[in-house]
Amino acid sequence: MKKTWWKILTVILLFYVVIWGLLGPVPRQPILNETIRNVYFHVPMWFSMMTLMVTSLVYSIKYLRKGRINDDTYALGFASVAIVLGIIGFVTGSAWGNFTWGDPLPRDPKLIAVEVGMLIYSAYFVLRGSFEDEQKKARLAAVYNIFAFATFMPLVWILPRLTDSLHPGNGGNPAFGKYDMDNAMKIVFYAANIGWILMGVWVSSLVIRIRLVQNQLNEKN
Amino acid sequence: MKEIIHLIKKDFILEWRQKYALNGMILYVISTVFVCYISFKLKVSSIEKITWNTLFWIILLFSAVNSITKSFIQEKAGRQIYYFTLANPQSVIISKIIYNIGLMLFLGFLGFVVYFALMGNQAENVPMFLLSIVLGALGFSSSLTLIAGIASKADNSSGLMAVLSFPVILPILTMLIRLSKNAMDGLAFSSSYDEIITLMGIDLIVIALSYVLFPYLWKS
Repeated sequence: MKKTWWKILTVILLFYVVIWGLLGPVPRQPILNETIRNVYFHVPMWFSMMTLMVTSLVYSIKYLRKGRINDDTYALGFASVAIVLGIIGFVTGSAWGNFTWGDPLPRDPKLIAVEVGMLIYSAYFVLRGSFEDEQKKARLAAVYNIFAFATFMPLVWILPRLTDSLHPGNGGNPAFGKYDMDNAMKIVFYAANIGWILMGVWVSSLVIRIRLVQNQLNEKN
Repeated sequence: MKEIIHLIKKDFILEWRQKYALNGMILYVISTVFVCYISFKLKVSSIEKITWNTLFWIILLFSAVNSITKSFIQEKAGRQIYYFTLANPQSVIISKIIYNIGLMLFLGFLGFVVYFALMGNQAENVPMFLLSIVLGALGFSSSLTLIAGIASKADNSSGLMAVLSFPVILPILTMLIRLSKNAMDGLAFSSSYDEIITLMGIDLIVIALSYVLFPYLWKS
């Protein structure tokens, strides 16, 4: 039963978020109305994705320093779950945008940034697919992962702040927390962030363990 | 330092000896501009500013990807091993980046001249437009050189090059298009400091990372 406490915490937090997020009181805002509840599900996806991308980056650096093939498996696992979270975040975002902005895919710098991010990580998988040799594949993928991450970050964090954006907190729009969320919402929001990040880590740990077992089986054959 | 200068010299001499590659690149730029010129049915005066600007950068982007892909696959594997025994990997990547910057500056200005001649001049602040070309050459060559190194290790390197490089180059490209749009609208330099500084920052990050990461590529 060692190291299971955080999994139990994840389950409790997410049950709390789903139930209280859908039933709890929310301030009534013009245009937003009840869709404000999506903030518990859409925003944490990005936090979770970012966390996993940074973890993937750390394991890529670790691989380049030490050369252990397991570190590469870790980097791959975190990156593949990160891309899934990115897609979920994209879908929840466009559903939300459909009802508030009147357009599921408005021309918004954050959306463009995320589309590019998905392209970068897809390219990462294509790159991995084009090599046979394990060490060579791992090394080149690690180099690309680090390089792509460094160009992805300014795209997400700097560019949307320079241009006009529909998202709160960008292009002169006030951040969400300032006006729209009351204290009761903030508690659920923080719980949602922690819960979804832990969920992301949990799923990636499962993916990684399956891959490690597969690697071992491949070695035996 | 000496090593870097020697390596750059070597690249220039190689390029000069195989003139067909250089001529091919020059012809590539000129013919893409010409294709655009024909495709717009010669009514270039009616092109919108945004179309004019975007078209220019797309032409530059494709010629950059095409010419920089060659930087590692041009030389045979045996010769690469020979360099490996002679030179530092760091000086190899820095010399390649500097050489590619030179190449891109040349192609960029050539493209600019041809484009201006055929498609007309729509930029009001020409010095700033030139500055955006210089920054573009810096950004394209610094970010594409490492990618070319990665792609050269695979069998289908030119296909992989396109897949790997486009997402990486997009942040630079969006900044460049905004900067040159400002130049076309005739805004003063002071209104584009944001873009210039961000571009410089991205270039610095990319060059520093290439410097750090290239030794790992070189080994394989």
